[in-house]
Amino acid sequence: MSTEALVREKRERHIQPEAIVNDFSIQVATINGSGSQSSNNVLMRSIFRMGVPVSGKNLFPSNIAGLPTWFTIRASKQGYIARRKEVDFLVAMNPQTAREDVESLRPGAAVVYEQSLKLDGLRKDLVFYPVPFAELAKQVTEEVKLRKLLANMIYVGVVGQLLSIDKEEIKKSVVKQFQSKAKAIALNQKAIDLGFEYAEQSLTKADPLRVEHMDKTQGKVLIDGNAAGALGAMFGGVTVVTWYPITPSSSLCEQLIEYMKAYRVDKETGKATYAIVQAEDELAAIGMALGAGWAGARSMTSTSGPGISLMSEFVGLGYYAEIPAVIWNIQRVGPSTGLPTRTSQGDILFTYLLSHGDTKHLCLLPASVDECFEFGMEAFNLAERFQTPVFVLSDLDLGMNYWMADPFPYPQKPFDRGKVLTAEDLEKLGSFARYRDVDGDGIPYRTLPGTEHPAAAYFTRGSGHSENAEYTERPDDYQNNMDRLARKFETARKHVPQPVLEEEPDAEVGIIAFGSSHWAVTEARDQLKLEKNLKVRYLRLRALPLTETLHSFVRSCQRVYVVEQNRDAQMAQLIRLELSQQPGQQDKIRSVLHYDGLPIDARSVADEIVALEKKASRKTEES
Amino acid sequence: MATVKESPPPQKKVNRIGLTVADYKGKPSTLCDGCGHDAISSQLTKAFFELGIQPYQVAKLSGIGCSSKTPAYFLGKSHGFNGVHGRMPSLAAGTVLANRTLRVVGVSGDGDTASIGIGQFVHLLRRNLPIVYIVENNGVYGLTKGQFSATSDLGSKLKTGVVNELPPIDLCTLAVELGATYVARSFAGDPKQLVALLEGALSHKGTSVLDIISPCVTFNNHPGSTKSYTWGKEHEEMLHEVGFVPYFEQINVDYEEGSALEVALHDGSRIVLKKLERDYDPTDRTCALSLLREASEKGQFLTGLVYVDPERENFLELLDLVEEPLALLPMERLRPPQEALDEVMESLK
Repeated sequence: MSTEALVREKRERHIQPEAIVNDFSIQVATINGSGSQSSNNVLMRSIFRMGVPVSGKNLFPSNIAGLPTWFTIRASKQGYIARRKEVDFLVAMNPQTAREDVESLRPGAAVVYEQSLKLDGLRKDLVFYPVPFAELAKQVTEEVKLRKLLANMIYVGVVGQLLSIDKEEIKKSVVKQFQSKAKAIALNQKAIDLGFEYAEQSLTKADPLRVEHMDKTQGKVLIDGNAAGALGAMFGGVTVVTWYPITPSSSLCEQLIEYMKAYRVDKETGKATYAIVQAEDELAAIGMALGAGWAGARSMTSTSGPGISLMSEFVGLGYYAEIPAVIWNIQRVGPSTGLPTRTSQGDILFTYLLSHGDTKHLCLLPASVDECFEFGMEAFNLAERFQTPVFVLSDLDLGMNYWMADPFPYPQKPFDRGKVLTAEDLEKLGSFARYRDVDGDGIPYRTLPGTEHPAAAYFTRGSGHSENAEYTERPDDYQNNMDRLARKFETARKHVPQPVLEEEPDAEVGIIAFGSSHWAVTEARDQLKLEKNLKVRYLRLRALPLTETLHSFVRSCQRVYVVEQNRDAQMAQLIRLELSQQPGQQDKIRSVLHYDGLPIDARSVADEIVALEKKASRKTEES
Repeated sequence: MATVKESPPPQKKVNRIGLTVADYKGKPSTLCDGCGHDAISSQLTKAFFELGIQPYQVAKLSGIGCSSKTPAYFLGKSHGFNGVHGRMPSLAAGTVLANRTLRVVGVSGDGDTASIGIGQFVHLLRRNLPIVYIVENNGVYGLTKGQFSATSDLGSKLKTGVVNELPPIDLCTLAVELGATYVARSFAGDPKQLVALLEGALSHKGTSVLDIISPCVTFNNHPGSTKSYTWGKEHEEMLHEVGFVPYFEQINVDYEEGSALEVALHDGSRIVLKKLERDYDPTDRTCALSLLREASEKGQFLTGLVYVDPERENFLELLDLVEEPLALLPMERLRPPQEALDEVMESLK
């Protein structure tokens, strides 16, 4: 028998009985700054182009070059796009972490690794594929500097061959990755081909994983939440954008700059219909956004935890003086600098109540890239309707990782510019009182600077003010104004995005979640149903303040698990507060918490709920 | 029978757009009697009246402190905004970005500018937005009852006898250094010079900074203070005599050769600087800086137009914005068409 035939036979023997198709995760461990992002994008997109649902998560350090970084690609024929806890296929390119990476694998997993690292002796229960990447890279290019980058492209070829990824789709993905740079395309393709060839000739397939064509990604897009939010802002008519760089929010404004350059320059005059300003700090970023909002622009800023802390004084001014602005908080791990490149939902309470005195804010909680787009627009409508700062609480996982979605629908809803009086309105009215509740909804009327009417002007201040916007320290003026602000907030309850209820007839147990936790919860519900026959109804919150739906949902459940990515059960605290007037309802609330900085996964959620359910049934038995 | 002919009521003086000085007044001041800030508010009122600027086209902004209260005391028919401490520059910047047709005036104090707000002050100057930035500089925190500020001179004394031992920040030097394109120093007790400098600032296309020594009659007007009326009157040394000719008045002033310098501003207005003791050219940045350094070393109180660059591109030009206020653009001009979204979506497949 020829060697080739022998290899083929061996391969078939291994694959046939236990093939795992389109349902596994690949983790690539590299060094930050080694160019692996391009390789990983090519790998992910090739699988996506084969019609297989994918998600890509970048676990990166707060560093430009030299520290370990991991990229996880999950392929899921069922369409699950949350993080998968187990790694099935490791590409170990980083000597610093290789041993630990290998130790943490589940039994039976496969490892492609740099041959010189000699990892195959570490464990007996894994499949090892040694590859002399450094040696192979020498065959691709003479340029020593480029070799490191190209070694990463070689693993695309190796993995592609081992997992049966369509060569043609890889080719197309390379072209997409390097756009019109012909030289880069050729060089990278050469590296990939070399990897493919090497795997074909020198490796024997011994793991069960493979990718096969499907039709589940037809017409879909791959996009990160920050880009989606930027698109939302543009189609929502943002005109003034002020920001200060901070991970993980910078890419939102950076992508917005690109989109605006392309689509928001006046065709006739060549002039910009927007101003984007990189501010000196977050204090100035929010200050400019509020100044612009006061003068009538749709203004926004984007930041993360530390920036929110700095903005707190100005946000109080925005709340009290009633000025619209949109603030994106792409949450990362705190407190303090925390883990700046890891994900969390740890700013819920802080953002909701930001600033001194009695303050509370409208917060939108997007769970998907679709909602980043949608809320990116809606936030401006709410800010202008309610004349107040509106927060969009995304997170690093949603904002910076790749998510699969249907193309966003073109918005049909016109802008809501809120209660703004024009010169003509003033001519009819004769006068106006800036902070008077004319309509009984707590929302006053405003005028914009520049309105051509002697009655238009008023004085805005962060100090105590009367209905006529005059300085006052009178107890009744202060209290009436604060009560009106509370009334305005009550009106907003009915206008913010309402929760989404996923019913499950006869289920006793409920889950409440929000934001990026949604995807792990969706998968965990299926796991609970399939594995434990536990049916769970699900309420996904989409905004603060909480709405009436919460009350009916909790009433309809025996036990409610609030799933969130922080230590202190922040949303659960708000929910308990909201339920405090309803006897017996608060006690139903339990928490499933995830706060190690990695995106939440379904298995952790399902396991925790099973454990807590066992506890609950023991308690019932005991009593 | 003799009839007494009634004389017509005296005509109130109106400006070129038919408004009277009263149309530019604000609420009564609540500051201490004799406060320098009130004198500045009066000159601001006068400058706007004389230039014939519509009050609705003006936005007044301020931070926190005695000085920052004053926007309520002039131009009652203009929108005003009393923001947070030291952060007027960002609010003012946002305002002018949203509506470039507004005349934006920011009023601040020495505490509001040179301490808590110095970061925003510095970056405002770098951008050169069309904003008039007035510092009502009295060397103390008035509203918190008389602590030293960062512009207090070395060795100056509080009423309590406490001596300032830290060097002052010279706001004009800082402004010239960082790119402000219209920098002046003046004195609340010199209304004639002040109004001309204010009118020049209001006609300038970039950021103008006016550092106006404005005595605090309650906490810093005693012997030993270097920001008192007496000290100011005794020490003020004018760089030149400042005159202002607005663009709408075609007056040609004849001066003896070499006795005056004219600076044309972008709207066609002119500043006429009549020579006094020294030859001084405020368009020369290096000269401006060495003059300021010399004055600070010698403890001189030089007033006048320290530096001007009427041509430097402002931030709105740099951003290449449309002519209309961004705030007023309709949805049709802000929401790109369906094809734009389709194109982006296609690129993500």
